[in-house]
Amino acid sequence: MIPVCRLADLPAGESVRIDTAPPIAVFHAEGQLYAIDDTCTHQDASLADGWLEGCLVECPLHAAAFDLRTGAATCLPARRAVRTHPVTVEDGMIYVQHAAEEGTAA
Amino acid sequence: MKSVAVIGASLAGLYAARALRAEGFDGRLVIVGDEHHGPYDRPPLSKGLLTGATGPDQLALADAEEIAELDAEWLLGTEATGLDTGGRAVLLDGGRRLTTDGVVLATGAAPLRLPGPAPAGAHTLRTLDDAQALRADLTRGPVRVVVIGGGFIGAEVASSCAALGHHVTVVEAAPLPLVPQLGDAMAGVCAALHADHGVTLRTGTGVARLHGEGSGGRVSGVELADGRLLPAEVVVTGIGVRPRTAWLAGSGLPLDDGVRCDAGCATPLPQVVAVGDVARVDGTRAEHWTSATEQAATAAHNLLAGRTARTHRGVPYFWSDQYGVRIQFAGRRLPGDTPRVLEGSPDDRSFLACYERDGHPTAVLALNRPRPFMRLRRTLARAAQPATT
Repeated sequence: MIPVCRLADLPAGESVRIDTAPPIAVFHAEGQLYAIDDTCTHQDASLADGWLEGCLVECPLHAAAFDLRTGAATCLPARRAVRTHPVTVEDGMIYVQHAAEEGTAA
Repeated sequence: MKSVAVIGASLAGLYAARALRAEGFDGRLVIVGDEHHGPYDRPPLSKGLLTGATGPDQLALADAEEIAELDAEWLLGTEATGLDTGGRAVLLDGGRRLTTDGVVLATGAAPLRLPGPAPAGAHTLRTLDDAQALRADLTRGPVRVVVIGGGFIGAEVASSCAALGHHVTVVEAAPLPLVPQLGDAMAGVCAALHADHGVTLRTGTGVARLHGEGSGGRVSGVELADGRLLPAEVVVTGIGVRPRTAWLAGSGLPLDDGVRCDAGCATPLPQVVAVGDVARVDGTRAEHWTSATEQAATAAHNLLAGRTARTHRGVPYFWSDQYGVRIQFAGRRLPGDTPRVLEGSPDDRSFLACYERDGHPTAVLALNRPRPFMRLRRTLARAAQPATT
């Protein structure tokens, strides 16, 4: 379990990047917390810097979009999904569990 | 419309083909490309591909599944040589004729070259083959590299070469590079990135000629207009591009720094549209990745509608990665628009600046500030209000 930040420090509509390898982006969207791989599958850009609209995040570089719930790429130029990671909150602290390489969204 | 030929198999051509299928076109779709490669992404050619961070196999713009779904005939390694508008055909090299109802012109642009023959070691950079040839010259130990042209391509190549440990000099004919794009103040900030990373920038001096080791030998240096000689084992020329319209001479299309078309990418010839670097849309020829993709959707829609049913007035956007700094720009800046730094500091190479005219924002520039940049870019786009009829 990787500590992210306090829930109070991640207001709705905000996102934060954690420097795991590879980095993970955590979003507070639509009343839920979501964690996905931070790096766009098209080119090197941080999705934590992206534009959040509902449960979709748009890459800040080329406007590729990903569904936070599934990691699926929903708009070109990205075609490959990002991985999703389980998020939990304990005692007001957000934690992410780094998903294994296997068994995640392809 | 039973058949469409897309001439050009790069970003704009591929996106036009995708858009045609997405709009329901189920007729014959032929994509003609003069390179032997399928569609690939060009921006990494001056960055990751040169440094080795990105492999050629990572550049494909479409995977096998999508290529199959497009259900197109691909004529790669094939050059279009003319447009027979009376016979509704595209002429191909080897004397072939491709009869078609609709045509999408997406032949892009070709790099400008210095006059005279190019000796070995002298490069331009546009295609994957160009990039691989340049990389081969950069992976045999440290060399002296002279980059001619301090624009974005030149600066990115210089950055990649410096990252590989080469000794790099950038030569720019103007007093300061990127002034037409960014204005004096911000161009000065970007120019300073070279010195930050040990790269020499020589401005205000044109190039007289390249020196080679005997006739047919490798390049040995760059002679500047002031007579000074810069020794170099590798030279990269990045002095701009010219739209590839020569093959359209005599077609009846208005050719004037690109194929002239209206705001819907429609040319004066019926059922002929133009997209990407080759298209001068509503008076402007953008050489931007995003413009190419946006124009493709507009052009495909209008080609199938048989008229300009949709126009696009997106906010021009481009980005550049150099020396670990991400530069992003969006908007229509006119000379005299004054930049105001909204956050960060140019001295830290991390800031957001807004260009203003009469108190109104016209463009936004960011170095390493992608998040607030995106917000301001969206604000500009909303203000531009794309037209739909």
